[in-house]
Amino acid sequence: MPEYQTFEHDVLIIGAGGAGLRAAIEASAAGVKVGVITKSLLGKAHTVMAEGGIAAAMGNVDDRDNWRVHFADTMRGGQYLNNPRMAELHAKEAPDRVRELEAWGAVFDRTADGRILQRNFGGHKYPRLAHVGDRTGLEMIRTLQDHGIHQGIDVHMECTVVTLLKSGGRMAGAFCYERERGRYKLFRAKAIVLATGGIGRAFKITSNSWEYTGDGHSLAYHAGATLMDMEFVQFHPTGMIWPPSVRGLLVTEGVRGEGGILVNNQGKRFMFDDIPANYKSQTADNPEEGWRYTQGDKSARRPPELLTRDHVARCIMREVREGRGSPHGGVFLDIAWIKEKLPNAAEIIKKKLPSMYHQFKQLGDIDITKEPMEIGPTTHYMMGGVRVDGDTQMSDVPGLFAAGECAAGLHGANRLGGNSLSDLVVFGQRAGEYAAKFAKKHSPADIDMSQVDATARQALEPFERTGESPYQVQHDLQDMMQDKVGIVRLENEMEQALDGILKLRERAKHVAVPGNREYNPGWHTALDLPNLLTVSEAITRAALLRKESRGAHFRDDYPAKDETYGTFNLIVREGKDGEMTVTREPLPPLSDELKKVIEEMK
Amino acid sequence: MAQATFKIWRGDRTGGHFTDYTTEITDGMVVLDAIHHIQAQQANDLAVRWNCKAGKCGSCSAEINGMPKLMCMTRLNTLPLDQPITVQPMKTFPLLKDLVTDVSWNFEVKKKIKKFKPRKPDASDGTWRMQQSDVDRVQEFRKCIECFLCQDVCHVLRDHHMHAEFIGPRFLVYAAALEMHPLDTEDRLEDLRKTDGIGLCNITKCCTKVCPESITITDNAIIPLKERVVDRFFDPLGRLFRVFRPK
Repeated sequence: MPEYQTFEHDVLIIGAGGAGLRAAIEASAAGVKVGVITKSLLGKAHTVMAEGGIAAAMGNVDDRDNWRVHFADTMRGGQYLNNPRMAELHAKEAPDRVRELEAWGAVFDRTADGRILQRNFGGHKYPRLAHVGDRTGLEMIRTLQDHGIHQGIDVHMECTVVTLLKSGGRMAGAFCYERERGRYKLFRAKAIVLATGGIGRAFKITSNSWEYTGDGHSLAYHAGATLMDMEFVQFHPTGMIWPPSVRGLLVTEGVRGEGGILVNNQGKRFMFDDIPANYKSQTADNPEEGWRYTQGDKSARRPPELLTRDHVARCIMREVREGRGSPHGGVFLDIAWIKEKLPNAAEIIKKKLPSMYHQFKQLGDIDITKEPMEIGPTTHYMMGGVRVDGDTQMSDVPGLFAAGECAAGLHGANRLGGNSLSDLVVFGQRAGEYAAKFAKKHSPADIDMSQVDATARQALEPFERTGESPYQVQHDLQDMMQDKVGIVRLENEMEQALDGILKLRERAKHVAVPGNREYNPGWHTALDLPNLLTVSEAITRAALLRKESRGAHFRDDYPAKDETYGTFNLIVREGKDGEMTVTREPLPPLSDELKKVIEEMK
Repeated sequence: MAQATFKIWRGDRTGGHFTDYTTEITDGMVVLDAIHHIQAQQANDLAVRWNCKAGKCGSCSAEINGMPKLMCMTRLNTLPLDQPITVQPMKTFPLLKDLVTDVSWNFEVKKKIKKFKPRKPDASDGTWRMQQSDVDRVQEFRKCIECFLCQDVCHVLRDHHMHAEFIGPRFLVYAAALEMHPLDTEDRLEDLRKTDGIGLCNITKCCTKVCPESITITDNAIIPLKERVVDRFFDPLGRLFRVFRPK
């Protein structure tokens, strides 16, 4: 039997983005031994890409804001498929989590009276996003990282989990490889927190990095946990589309929050043409009112560019499909126009949106203070994930917790911008707290070494084969998911995708990689493939069963919302023979108090 | 379609060599795109770090035609494509494989710098008040994406290998961000002088030149810190003043 380097922790956290780090800080403060595993180096997780801000109803800019409004906005944005308890906790606790970041050294932009500044964002009724220019995610991850390194947390960098280990129905540990030498590592832990982020690499056009292969979703699923809302993949309306090499790169919603407008090739501001009924009362009906809103006029309603992401993305697709798109298949996002309104517009744009200015200048030869950007939808965020208890973040598997993007519930059918960073810290904190409690109550579970040995052998098989490259299989999967299970979905196309996934699964079993185990990205890609295929199948199967259009899920064959579909979540589980099952489960109950809040805010 | 040739360092701890790869190039490509094409089509095991591909995470640092740069932000049309483009790992850190170096030293250095220690909250609700003009300076330093290109180019580390005596520009910027944070009450000047080796920096400004975030490392962070250290430890009048100053 081979020997593995072995580590023991009370709480093991998989992922070191905002949720993982916040969970680690909380668990370690509770006095248990904490380990963090990260697929990349510390501080490089996708949280750094978050630009616009962190949503928290602090009311620093508009004192009409409070948790009730934030809760109602989140539920409306999620088309009421959200877990109401999570939406409630999130709205109530986000302000404290933001203030805590400041106490740990974060330096947010300031209001005139010296408090944390908040900005407008899509779907939020009042200016609510605490921010640092357009690099809020970097500020957050660096604050958590710099605070965390003094907490006695063991960090295992560039280490990837191959499988979770269970014993007697609860969590026992995780089996991993480290990139540097390709050696295996065995982690024993009483509680495990998944904070692995998203699934963006299942699609061709994405703002996600190589890491986001649905590892947490897939690990939890195979460990017997339940996945939920997998049909809801958020396509961010504004990704760069030109030049080809930057296609998919995110353009922050903050551009629209600062007054940026969407225009088609006829120069028409098309967002006024289609304002959904449930947003009509809070949306401006003329450009002048929209402009006043972005400049802080409390009597004005928000411009239609700041409607929810699902809706804006679909309007852009409509313009493109009907021949009113930009030269490279998108539309125009124009912030330069504000020079008609403000004398020092160029300076303001550079100050408020420095990374965007830099990104377009350097990568696209575009000066956004002078000319419009060409943008189009890009795969951005996974609303679906591991189903967890709203208070504790524990999944259906005792000892297995999930927080952040890999968990489901908070966002329902569509996430509001800014609600992700707050999700990370609110539920990261909760997952850390309850994982530590769980660990204190339980002794370490035994690990079945024969399972470990079998996984270890299997993971090395790509070196022993001759066959096609794992990159080819990954590219083919991404092309297919983009085409057939993307922003506009159809029954027969998704059936084809299911068939395609089965074929790709066979191909994935036969991929070969050259070289040895030391820092070999080909091997890593081969090991990521099964996870990508699992989440792709879950997305496709759930999307097939939801025969309506709601939130981020748009069916061309069922373009309307169907109220009967508004009463349940779709649940994905692994069946007895390893087959994937999708079932309906009624929504979690909504308390009378919360029902009243929703009604009041309508 | 146009093509370009890349001379890429292939090797590990024991040694290595440049290998030539020719790949197709298209409009708007950056060096990292070319590396990815080569990796997918010709060298599946080519080791390279990257994450965001947008200049925000600081993972893909390398030396391109000898210049320390982020591969994701280096457009091919800024390079002379009539000759091979060399891409090699950062020289200041030990090589792990191909373009990937062992940067763990940086993480160890950071741990030794005293953490943020805020003053008591200004308001009864536990919050603070700071003016934007007071945080502008610190926000510049906090733009740092920890790509470690400044560490790579710094001759104290690169040529003189004084990793044990000198924390390098990245961590002088980090210390400056803490020292100049309006809320911070910790004192790091003694450490900066003794263990962090701030005196070893002779302000050649190479770090400022390579910073992809355009942080004015030398002028805004290092020189003001040097001045504070000098004021505290080398100014005889100041020392006398402190002796008699009521505590």
